[in-house]
Amino acid sequence: MLTNNPKYAISIRGLTKTYANGFQALKGIDLDVQENDFFALLGPNGAGKSTIIGIISTLVRASSGTIQVFGQNVATHVYETKLSLGIVPQEINFSQFEKVGDIVITQAGYYGLRGELAKQRAEKYLRKLDLWEKRDNRSRMLSGGMKRRLMIARALVHEPRLLILDEPTAGVDIELRRSMWEFLQELNRNGTTIILTTHYLEEAESLCRNIAIINQGQIVENTSMRKLLDKLARQTLIFDTCDELKTLPAFNDSDIQCNAIDSHSFEVSLSTSRDINGLYAALSDQGVLIKGMRNKTNRLEELFLSSLKS
Amino acid sequence: MQANHIYIAFETILIKEVRRFMRIWLQTLVPPAITIGLYFLIFGNLIGGRIGQMGGYNYVDFIVPGLIMMAVIQNAYANVSSSFFSNKFQRCIEEILVSPVPNYIILLGFVAGGMARGVAVGLIVTAMSFFFTSLHIEHVFLTLLVVLLTSMVFSLAGFINALYANTFDDISIIPTFVLTPLIYLGGVFYSIELLPSFGQWISALNPVLYMVNTFRYGILGNSDVNIVGALFMLVVFSAGLFAVALYLLRKGTGLRQ
Repeated sequence: MLTNNPKYAISIRGLTKTYANGFQALKGIDLDVQENDFFALLGPNGAGKSTIIGIISTLVRASSGTIQVFGQNVATHVYETKLSLGIVPQEINFSQFEKVGDIVITQAGYYGLRGELAKQRAEKYLRKLDLWEKRDNRSRMLSGGMKRRLMIARALVHEPRLLILDEPTAGVDIELRRSMWEFLQELNRNGTTIILTTHYLEEAESLCRNIAIINQGQIVENTSMRKLLDKLARQTLIFDTCDELKTLPAFNDSDIQCNAIDSHSFEVSLSTSRDINGLYAALSDQGVLIKGMRNKTNRLEELFLSSLKS
Repeated sequence: MQANHIYIAFETILIKEVRRFMRIWLQTLVPPAITIGLYFLIFGNLIGGRIGQMGGYNYVDFIVPGLIMMAVIQNAYANVSSSFFSNKFQRCIEEILVSPVPNYIILLGFVAGGMARGVAVGLIVTAMSFFFTSLHIEHVFLTLLVVLLTSMVFSLAGFINALYANTFDDISIIPTFVLTPLIYLGGVFYSIELLPSFGQWISALNPVLYMVNTFRYGILGNSDVNIVGALFMLVVFSAGLFAVALYLLRKGTGLRQ
């Protein structure tokens, strides 16, 4: 039973959606997102992520089920819930002919802000997202990454308690993605609950504390990021060496498997339950000087794929 | 939503709409001025002199109110249908739909934008008419009332058109195949007294006839139709179309899946 629990930024119960063409996008979603959480919603294309966001933002009508935002029903407390929400959609959805500054100030007007307050808010978020210098440019002149940042600035202008981002870094280069991560982390530290859908699993792993994986309209995994990553049985580490490798390092342990990659690097596979200090000791004993080390695979990707398979 | 927030949201949509048609003034304000100016020149001055009197007035004086009303109708309709559909097409309507702006404010904002363009074009065309004739407005208040009500009716119609439209073709079909015949057969260029009785009966079913003639009465003081009945019809049309548009908006027609 759904209770009014304001500690949850979002509470979803029994959410279903069948589109007019008969496609059942959601098959009974139950999901809670804690206030101040940084939450990842992952799933392959067509899994139902955008449909959930569409229903929360009222752009899509649910077939059945309920959604509460900070304890208030989206269907009955439209004004209060919408005031708490900031939505950054997957596709660009601002006028290509308007100026950057006007887009943000206009959005402020829809939330009852105008004049100096609207201008101050627009300046604050355009500056934070490095778009202030572009405020008088037509939005169509912005690059892809700038357009995505503009959508974030627009979603924040009324300072919502809950920000939902639908693949905000799709097509954004790595440097810009990192700066967006930092911005979102700062926002989360300052009390904004963030729900993120993304295809970049590394992004979810770096940013989010809790995660739900959705596939074919159903939640197949809903847990903390730590617990999910703990499910991994083995990990593969790549070592880069200072000198050329004459022979592969040998480990006196059946759990450790070692393979060469090239003349200056090799990979080691071992259980996640054990520490890796022994590896360094063994390598040091064999005179192998390590320049660097990294995880071979995106660990979350493995879990994601295994969740979908199961 | 608090009353002042509602007003700010309405003002925001209206300002955005006015800014839009002012930004593209070469597409929105100049073409009707040129087209209606040519009507004044050709039908009013060149041909009108040979036609002589119509409804007891010089032909140019007779057609000026009708042509002003034609410009108001076409531009009020076109502004809302093209702007709202363009918002749908670019998906920027989602900016408003995800915000707490009530449906009736969304509707009023776009309709007020359409009325603003209708009135702006009406004023430009009226100013142009002074180059061809000297207008004397008999009933100023009635003239303004008819312009506002007519532009509201066609803004609402344009809004409903845009809700149903899926392509840009869908917002040009109604103006081409419905609006233009209604306007041209609505007594802009002739008095319905010239028509045979059957033609007069058919014309009586055309709502534009009442709008044009009520406006003409406001300017010239003479009309083919009952003014009180025409005003009542305009109010009923406004209320009816507003109710239909609001119902469709609440239902999410063309907007929400």
